[in-house]
Amino acid sequence: MTTGALSRTGWRESALAPVADHFRQYVGRLRGGDMGVLPALLGLTVLCTAFAIMRPRFLTSGNFANLFNQGAAVTIIAMGLIFVLVIGEIDLSAGFASGVCAAVAAVLMDRHGTPWYLAVGAALLTGVVIGLAIGLLVAKLDIPSFVVTLGAFLAFQGVLLKIVRDGENVSVHDSTILAIAGKNVTPWLGWLLAAVAVGGYAAIQFTRTLNRSRRGLATAPMAVTALRVGALAVLVGAGVYALNLERSRNAAVASLRGVPIVVPIVVVLLVAGTFLLRRTAFGLSLYAVGGNREAARRAGIDVDRVRISAFVICSGLAAVGGIVAASRANSVDPNSGGSNVLLYAVGAAVIGGTSLFGGKGRVVDAVLGGAVVAVIDNGMGLMGYSSGVKYIVTGSVLLLAAGVDALSRKRAEASGLR
Amino acid sequence: MSPASPTSEGYAQSDRTGAPPVLELRGVNKSFGPVHVLRDVDLTIRAGEVTALVGDNGAGKSTLVKCIGGIHPTDSGSYLFEGEPVKVDSPRAAAELGVEIVYQDLALCDNLDIVQNMFLGREATRHMMLDEITMEQLAAETLASLSVRTVASVRQRVASLSGGQRQTVAIAKAVLWNSKVVILDEPTAALGVAQTAQVLELVRRLADKGLAVVLISHNMNDVFAVADRIAVLYLGRMTAQVSTSDVTHSQVVELITTGRGRTLRRGTDPSDRSTQPNGEPA
Repeated sequence: MTTGALSRTGWRESALAPVADHFRQYVGRLRGGDMGVLPALLGLTVLCTAFAIMRPRFLTSGNFANLFNQGAAVTIIAMGLIFVLVIGEIDLSAGFASGVCAAVAAVLMDRHGTPWYLAVGAALLTGVVIGLAIGLLVAKLDIPSFVVTLGAFLAFQGVLLKIVRDGENVSVHDSTILAIAGKNVTPWLGWLLAAVAVGGYAAIQFTRTLNRSRRGLATAPMAVTALRVGALAVLVGAGVYALNLERSRNAAVASLRGVPIVVPIVVVLLVAGTFLLRRTAFGLSLYAVGGNREAARRAGIDVDRVRISAFVICSGLAAVGGIVAASRANSVDPNSGGSNVLLYAVGAAVIGGTSLFGGKGRVVDAVLGGAVVAVIDNGMGLMGYSSGVKYIVTGSVLLLAAGVDALSRKRAEASGLR
Repeated sequence: MSPASPTSEGYAQSDRTGAPPVLELRGVNKSFGPVHVLRDVDLTIRAGEVTALVGDNGAGKSTLVKCIGGIHPTDSGSYLFEGEPVKVDSPRAAAELGVEIVYQDLALCDNLDIVQNMFLGREATRHMMLDEITMEQLAAETLASLSVRTVASVRQRVASLSGGQRQTVAIAKAVLWNSKVVILDEPTAALGVAQTAQVLELVRRLADKGLAVVLISHNMNDVFAVADRIAVLYLGRMTAQVSTSDVTHSQVVELITTGRGRTLRRGTDPSDRSTQPNGEPA
């Protein structure tokens, strides 16, 4: 094809021209209000730098590992929320849904001796049923999701109290569940997983670029693709290296090294969720329903089914998040998934760049936003601030992110010529 | 306007030599409760022609279009597609025949790009995954075949397009699916002068490609600029279906507002059973 040939000769003549062109397009998108992951990345860099200067302990390998274990549950719940936010709805009950699901698993294991895999299965099933119920009420009866999930928020709080028998603490003893947030991947396996992740990403990116240019379609220059892959490799490599350092105070007694097990779990969920949202017709229908429900209906999309599925995915992932939280806390109590969990999760999604107005959001937003929330929580804890200050700061960051979202939306409308 | 390609010339000629019209309604009635909206409506739509459907507010244009598109079932009357009687009871059935409607409010998703919008609900997939490359190529080819050059990239979000470009995408979406009949509901209603000209040019090109185009419009200038034939609805009746060259501006306005056209020449087309003025002089 002529365009392909043209771009290829251009590539040979000047390696920098297409890169500069690509960069110019990117700046154009930014100015048009399509900020992508930039605000979250910037915020993360600023926060990490500030905390590292004020509290050198922030940068230690031990604290770095802590960050992952602290942020994982909120990040996973936020991943689920993104599916609901993309269709323009909200799920305020996701926090307590995670608590209820974790309680189901904990009670089954602790009081009935159920093996961990069955208990986890039961928790996931509980999540799916919860999502189905919320989804049916929202899609079939057309009750605003805000109201349905606000009701569910209160009701699940009660269900949780009932399951754990009014204020008791159900402890988790199962070693497999405890390992999720308590154990690490052996160092060599960490390197292997990192290599697989970076290699897989590189393979996908390069084949896509090659396929597109072979069929004569516009594509990001190879140099940009290589840069992306390189950046990911450096980041992942540095992370694995830091986590593989000895974190134990007394290594002779007990060695503490390696990538926390939650990290590969989050990565697998991230890849699966991204695939579902960006590469399948179902994912596209979620965006369509969030963008223009009537247009989606006229295009033959079963809007009700799409909306119900989004709530099922959200509550299902909330169940996973609940189990991770239970693993970290070693127990489930009446406040599991309560207090700040839901707001941190919504905050993570919005800080990452998912829109509260629907039609826009990616699974990776949950990871970036979750990192921001975890860094604030962790760093301010290290500086000795009380919970009160932490809540105020996190709340302000959430408002800031929502403000950026609203402003970039206005900007996009203004530059959209209509 | 000359035909765009040899094939479209073939289409147009075969029609003039007596092939059945691509879509024909005979004696269609439609009531909503006590309100009789369409009364014995006849309509003939031919390939390679632009048929303008005009009428005042409440004349039944939208209802007629929804009956053609399978959104409303008709009470009585027959629906012939390429000479064969068919039953169109759902939008999907109409789409399967090759009848596409471009709605006034466009039905595009602002947050999706042009390719995603054109394939929405009918995505090409390979191994469960979206086949982005095939879809992007087909979308670009379709836009190119309509000689659309105003769109910079098919990966642009629809939100960033102008009104005329959106209309173009909505029309291209209808063309993409090899439709035979494209019905455009007020495509120029919200557009400026230059954009209206672009869209009308596109409408003409569709007909020259051999498609049957139905254009609903309130704007007589648009109608006379592109239509080959004009069908006039007045209070649910088809008062006239005439060649554009046989009528004047004021005659059509008279038909729309009074349902009568006393000065109309008769018998311009033997297939137009309703050419004659319908209402008797009071």
